[in-house]
Amino acid sequence: MRALVALLALIFISAQAEPLKVAVASNFAAPMQAIADEFEKQSGYPVSLALGASGKFVAQITHGAPFHLFFSADQSKPKALLDAGIAQAGSQQTYAIGKLVLWSPGQDPQQGKILNGPYRKLALANPRLAPYGSAAVSVLTQLNLLHSSKTRWVQGENIAQTYQFVQSGNAELGFVALSQLMHNGALDTQHTWLVPSHLYPPIYQDRVVIRDAHERADTQAFLTFLQSPYAEQIIRSFGYALPGQNQ
Amino acid sequence: MPLSNDDLAAIWLTLKLASTVTVILLLIGTPIAWWLSQTTSWFKRPVAALVALPLVLPPTVIGFYLLVAMGPQGPIGQFTQWFGLGLLPFTFWGLVVGSVFYSLPFVVQPLYNAMTAIGLRPLEVAATLRASPWDRFITVVLPLSRPGFITAAVLGFAHTVGEFGVVLMIGGNIPAETRLVSVQIYDHVEALQYSQAHSLSALMLVFSFIVLLLVQGVSRQNTQRKGHG
Repeated sequence: MRALVALLALIFISAQAEPLKVAVASNFAAPMQAIADEFEKQSGYPVSLALGASGKFVAQITHGAPFHLFFSADQSKPKALLDAGIAQAGSQQTYAIGKLVLWSPGQDPQQGKILNGPYRKLALANPRLAPYGSAAVSVLTQLNLLHSSKTRWVQGENIAQTYQFVQSGNAELGFVALSQLMHNGALDTQHTWLVPSHLYPPIYQDRVVIRDAHERADTQAFLTFLQSPYAEQIIRSFGYALPGQNQ
Repeated sequence: MPLSNDDLAAIWLTLKLASTVTVILLLIGTPIAWWLSQTTSWFKRPVAALVALPLVLPPTVIGFYLLVAMGPQGPIGQFTQWFGLGLLPFTFWGLVVGSVFYSLPFVVQPLYNAMTAIGLRPLEVAATLRASPWDRFITVVLPLSRPGFITAAVLGFAHTVGEFGVVLMIGGNIPAETRLVSVQIYDHVEALQYSQAHSLSALMLVFSFIVLLLVQGVSRQNTQRKGHG
């Protein structure tokens, strides 16, 4: 009985200290983890991160998922939440600009010329769902390779799955986010081709504040921390550009 | 909201996959279930546990291991490459292999139940009439476990139709090759096209309900027959 009371008390106390709940697009998982860790250390506010596909988060938030902040992989999904009156008006802001990379672990991508060669499968994120996927389609269109490559596409539900397809060797090459291949500010692997930015429209990644979270002290503290030199340095170390700065 | 061509392609592919998998599962599941129902070997328990594994494992675990195992460095991948079959992930036959494993318990379990319910007596009687083991299996076991076969086929088919996690992991979302209805619905939802998601989802709901209704009918018939028999 006493144990039960203690357990209930514990649940009650932990319910009091509700963490800041942040929904994060897969490509931004690693930098967000690093930023949240440091923020927790400095501010004492607990943060809980949920990682996944942006579209799924919109569906969940629309139907009442208790997130406070949403870091999308694109601009259209935060806007959808704003238009629906679910996100706080005026809270949409670009937090990072993503870079696309062609990755072929087994061989040299030869500045993208490998796309002309005889490969079996090319992994990309589903262009209908993921901005890195539609960026990949732009690149293929620019290079006049859309039709010849299309039958060899395998599409990941999000960029994390696309990475997994290439990493497991099931696709010889794939378009992934630069951030996924960065470790301690340097590329993890050779055999990458940083796709020139003129081949695809910039991948602006926006965040919004979900309406009721606006007044929370931890929300404001976190958003301020995100613009600190420390956080910006982390974001850049994963290969992202920041808005209003040289790309 | 009418169904798009992509939706129809996904439905057709799903039916094709489920039919193929059901046929293979009945061919594989029958000997497994029969062996399990007859054996007294110590080996029975580990095999039964192995068959039931997909019941408790999250589909993502199955999908992830299949992706690794069927990849170029994995044991299945090495095997298929050695035979000149290429790699299985992102192909229809890759989905077939994954689904067979994933739906196996749904076929073996009803068959096993039906076969154990026969008991020793009918087989002993047949043996005294000089029926060979093969004869006994064909003329006694198969007819007597017919309701089990119907339930097994329906459940194996339906469970494959409802498959999602495994397909998401090893499918690669290729139209008319690996893009099943469940994946198509997920895509619609993620693309915020809820009305398209609704029409397909409603279809799945009605289908699943009818299937379960059929299974109920079969098992009721079965108990009635036993009651009167």
